[in-house]
Amino acid sequence: MSTFWSIWISVIVLGTVFGCWWLLFATRKNQTTDTETDRTVGHSFDGIEEYDNPLPKWWYYLFVATCVFSLGYLALYPGLGNFQGLLGWSSTNQWEAEVQEAEAQYGELYAKFGDTPVPELAENDDAMKMGQRLFANNCATCHGSAGRGSLGFPNLTDDDWLYGGDPDSILTTLHEGRNGNMPAMGTMPNMSNEQVDQVVNYVLSFSDRERDAEAAEKGAEVYAQACVACHGPDAKGNQDLGAPDLTDDTWLYGSTYDWIRETVVNGRQNQMPAQGDRLSDDQIQILAAYVYSLSN
Amino acid sequence: MSTLNANLTYNYKVVRQFTIMTVVWGIVGMALGVLIAAQLVWPALNLDLPWTHFGRLRPLHTNAVIFGFGGSALFATAYYVVQRTCQARLFSDGLAAFTFWGWQAIIVAAAITLPMGFTTSKEYAELEWPIDIAIAVVWVCYAVVFFGTVMKRSTPHIYVANWFYGAFIITVAVLHIGNSMALPATAFKSYSAYAGVTDAMMQWWYGHNAVGFFLTAGFLGMMYYFVPKQANRPVYSYRLSIVHFWALIATYVWAGGHHLHYSALPDWAQTAGMVMSLILLAPSWGGMINGMMTLSGAWHKLRTDPILRFLVVSLSFYGMSTFEGPMMSIKTVNALSHNTDWTIGHVHSGALGWVAMISIGAVYHLIPKLWGVKAMYSTAMINAHFWLATVGTVLYIVAMWVNGIMQGLMWRAVNEDGTLTYSFVEALEASYPGYLVRFLGGVIFLSGMLVMAYNVYMTVRQKDAVAQDNTAAQAA
Repeated sequence: MSTFWSIWISVIVLGTVFGCWWLLFATRKNQTTDTETDRTVGHSFDGIEEYDNPLPKWWYYLFVATCVFSLGYLALYPGLGNFQGLLGWSSTNQWEAEVQEAEAQYGELYAKFGDTPVPELAENDDAMKMGQRLFANNCATCHGSAGRGSLGFPNLTDDDWLYGGDPDSILTTLHEGRNGNMPAMGTMPNMSNEQVDQVVNYVLSFSDRERDAEAAEKGAEVYAQACVACHGPDAKGNQDLGAPDLTDDTWLYGSTYDWIRETVVNGRQNQMPAQGDRLSDDQIQILAAYVYSLSN
Repeated sequence: MSTLNANLTYNYKVVRQFTIMTVVWGIVGMALGVLIAAQLVWPALNLDLPWTHFGRLRPLHTNAVIFGFGGSALFATAYYVVQRTCQARLFSDGLAAFTFWGWQAIIVAAAITLPMGFTTSKEYAELEWPIDIAIAVVWVCYAVVFFGTVMKRSTPHIYVANWFYGAFIITVAVLHIGNSMALPATAFKSYSAYAGVTDAMMQWWYGHNAVGFFLTAGFLGMMYYFVPKQANRPVYSYRLSIVHFWALIATYVWAGGHHLHYSALPDWAQTAGMVMSLILLAPSWGGMINGMMTLSGAWHKLRTDPILRFLVVSLSFYGMSTFEGPMMSIKTVNALSHNTDWTIGHVHSGALGWVAMISIGAVYHLIPKLWGVKAMYSTAMINAHFWLATVGTVLYIVAMWVNGIMQGLMWRAVNEDGTLTYSFVEALEASYPGYLVRFLGGVIFLSGMLVMAYNVYMTVRQKDAVAQDNTAAQAA
């Protein structure tokens, strides 16, 4: 902040503290007695009088003590505008120091496993115990404590993978995250309602679900325009794009006519957040092995 | 009193109206509190309806108890105290009546709009912009009536209770108008004039001073009249009241920053918020001491006078929560307590123990005077209410202390590899016994309010009750 605001803040902060102090001293100084008396100050309001008693000593010292403490605190910690305080403390420093301390304390535990290949690590009981805890802390909120996913969040325990279930793909997913994007109406933004109905029925036919056969037949043409670029001519999907296989029994957003229609009409946006900034490489290696172990 | 004007009459009508609404909104607001406490134990009570969802009823609870119950108590007592201690009739009967109907309309508007989901999402300032404007208008009229009455006083000085009421009225106007600045988008949707961390700081400058001025300074005004009056003793120390008044109002406005420790708020503002909160301990206790010590020489009255007991216990809870507050503002303590039920316990030790108890005591003092009867219908019922209120408050705050500290410790517990030991849901599951005890505490406190309502009703309907509007022969 500018020097003006820095001085402004310092003046009113210190002004408030010293103002309290002055008020306290000034009031105490003109006390006529140190002990309680029966003398009132002479006012009476609706019959209520007020004694001219001195400030209680213990209270006076308590007040002085909090003021002294505060001035000391303001000298040591940032509080007076741009003045950083004699200790050089800041909340950012404190956080960084605590992260460093945690890394020093726990880093070795994870480092032991950082170079072990994922499939081998998945067999290691100690590593998998840590992996389970890391999963509970960082992944369970979306994927569930057992990793079985929920609506919009993939099940990690089956053999169906949006982006691939080999060790390298899992590591990439964890490090960099994934952005799933199914555009509304695919690559055919001017799709009519009738065409939507047709393509939905066509999609239902891949896994032999209940459908309007006539509409499904016409849907093939719509599919070829709207969907084939990502989901492929055989509708088996494309792991490079995260486009799901439409022929199996795994559905991220439900497999009924209504659900699929909703997906086609409005599209879907999915995000797996990148963990590379939050977790160490060693932790991600263990986490990848744990995820790998869920389906292997 | 030598200056007593034989032709002087007081406006008790508006005081009577606000006093009755204090009891009504108290019951409504606390019943809502009991309902949402029950929802936390039995989530099915959300009824799967948007209007009865916890997220919409919780702000309605806070608005009803703070502004409906607390607000009505403050209007009633401020109008009563300012007239009696200034020996002057209210500045304007018409304006006073407007503040009554205006304020009630605002609370009703809150009761309609909040369940419908209209909210600014600012805590304790949820009401949307048209209602905010109405609040500002009514509040300015309140200030005109109050200060107008102070101006035409026939006493040479201004009594300390009126300093506190005055500071409360002025500061709440500044806080409300400052924090509620917004750009309206539609009739019931607006966007705050502030963005990001500035918005957060404005919000907690307002939010903490809703506590500091609405729920503390105003009620200290109440304390300074009803404690010496009920005890029939002089105030302990005029000197102490000067120091603690000025120090309290000077430091309270700084304290809001402690709600934003370890956030994006710059470190200097967090530190300033913390040190001012610590300095606030002594000024806060000044009020407690002045109230408590006023009873010296009259302690025996506590045995026979349950109204006085309400007032004294409220001061004890006030002292306790104003010790707890500065302690929780210390960064290291706050790191444990923040976002836990401890905060809710702290607020309620102030809200139930201090604000509600002193208001209840004041209402029991007021009702017989306002309706011209000797005493409340039943002293035994006041006594029963006292015990229900005390037990209810203690159960509530102990449950929240236990829950809060447990949650704070569970959230920060780590395994030997540095991972968190507990998930959020595990801490939530562990909180259920505390939620049940809190619910029971609330039920007990609310049942006391129902006893009070019956007692007030029986007092007011006594056939010989003569509403006095009011003869100069107002016995003290």
